[in-house]
Amino acid sequence: MLDRRELMMRAGTAVLVTGLGSARALALDSVTLPFDNGERPLVRYPQKRPMIGLTQRPPQLETPFAIFNDGAITPNNAFFVRYHLADVPYNVDPDKFTLEVKGKVDRPLKLSLKDIKKLKAVELVAVNQCSGNSRGFFNPRVAGGQLGNGAMGNARWRGVPLKAVLDMAGVQQGARQVTFNGMDGPVSDKTPDFVKALDIDHARDGEVMLAYGMNGDDLPLLNGFPLRLVVPGYYGTYWVKHLNEIAVIDNVFDGFWMKSAYRIPDTPNNSVEPGTAPKATIPINRFTVRSFITNVTDGAKLKPGNTTLKGIAFDGGKGIKEVAVSIDGGKTWMPARLGRDLGKYSFREWKLRLKLAAGAHELKVRATNNAGDVQPMTPLWNPAGYLRNVVETVRVTAA
Amino acid sequence: MRHRILLALASVIGFGLAAAQAAPVSYTLPEETAAFKPGANLEVVQNNCTACHSADYVKTQPHGEKFKKDFWTAEVTKMIKVYGAPIEDADVGKIVDYLTANY
Repeated sequence: MLDRRELMMRAGTAVLVTGLGSARALALDSVTLPFDNGERPLVRYPQKRPMIGLTQRPPQLETPFAIFNDGAITPNNAFFVRYHLADVPYNVDPDKFTLEVKGKVDRPLKLSLKDIKKLKAVELVAVNQCSGNSRGFFNPRVAGGQLGNGAMGNARWRGVPLKAVLDMAGVQQGARQVTFNGMDGPVSDKTPDFVKALDIDHARDGEVMLAYGMNGDDLPLLNGFPLRLVVPGYYGTYWVKHLNEIAVIDNVFDGFWMKSAYRIPDTPNNSVEPGTAPKATIPINRFTVRSFITNVTDGAKLKPGNTTLKGIAFDGGKGIKEVAVSIDGGKTWMPARLGRDLGKYSFREWKLRLKLAAGAHELKVRATNNAGDVQPMTPLWNPAGYLRNVVETVRVTAA
Repeated sequence: MRHRILLALASVIGFGLAAAQAAPVSYTLPEETAAFKPGANLEVVQNNCTACHSADYVKTQPHGEKFKKDFWTAEVTKMIKVYGAPIEDADVGKIVDYLTANY
């Protein structure tokens, strides 16, 4: 936390401090996301393969989309990074780390990472997706991080159920919500710290997890080392990184990041007429259902005849029931074959062998989940640029 | 260099001992290269904006008629009212003018 004078000094010294290290910016190349002003550097960060750089401080990195064609699991070194506030804990000693559990509990706790790892571990494959994933495609455009489709990833998380830790602490009668705060914070004490809240029943559902492992390894630093919250099926805003403070409260948390930010229209499909403001809003929550073709890119030239399309689908936790593909712009649909089921919170791979006649084709993919929710053919809109899940289109030419 | 070696070491040790003993991680970001475009009032913008975020936050915002003076006024106001940026009243107009003219 700094006052104005210190803020100025820090602004002036930031370059000097980072300039002393040997790590160069290492812009390898650039990519152009398919919307206006979409040029981004490809950047190399420690623990990461080349990523699409959105911002440098705090760091925000997007996964190059081709990686989603490699399998259902997103490697740690390709997993997207999103921070709000620039005071990121860049030096972390896991042996000195403690997680505090306090508030409306019978036994306030201070747990070391070793304490947490001694508890019975669970594993779960789950997608994490930024609320603003794909915001750059909104029309009309909206302010915020102008992301392509790469602010999502699917990992096998290892940790302990939040419920186990809350039960150890003994949640008291009258508890309504649980708040989560990480070691990262604002540069100025006037900026609201990033704190999120879940309802008490959600927090104790046995699935919400305190995760220290990701795909068989520690969490990368920029993905929340040494401990992060995993909220299966919910947007990444709830997946608090560097988690070190949990508080049980007997009211509804009214911090900025719940009460004012990350809100969606309180309408049946959480959208409003493009360009308009909603009358009432609610906190963002579960993912909408989405699917992508991953092995063919827009504008690709293919050979006429037999070809195989493949991709991924996911939703907010009902599980994927069906993926359908159209090669005629949505007039007719063919069911795709679903790949191995890694759990209802995971990416589900799909594949379809089909015949492409010579000429131009509009390929579309549409997923339906087990609740019958289906992707819309035209985009839904909201002022913050969240929840995008329109049926995706890839234009190809067979010649 | 020291930090990179530490990090490399940390991952090697991490593999060797599995989850039993975790080594400290010391992470060095790449050098910050994002910069504001040259223009009138550049210094005011640098002094007020870069304490909390890099210049690419501005550069990557959408372009077009809807993203001119009203848009940048709303953004600067948000930085002050919501995020508590300590921007002097006299600087607000200068920052908005710079952003409108250059982005």
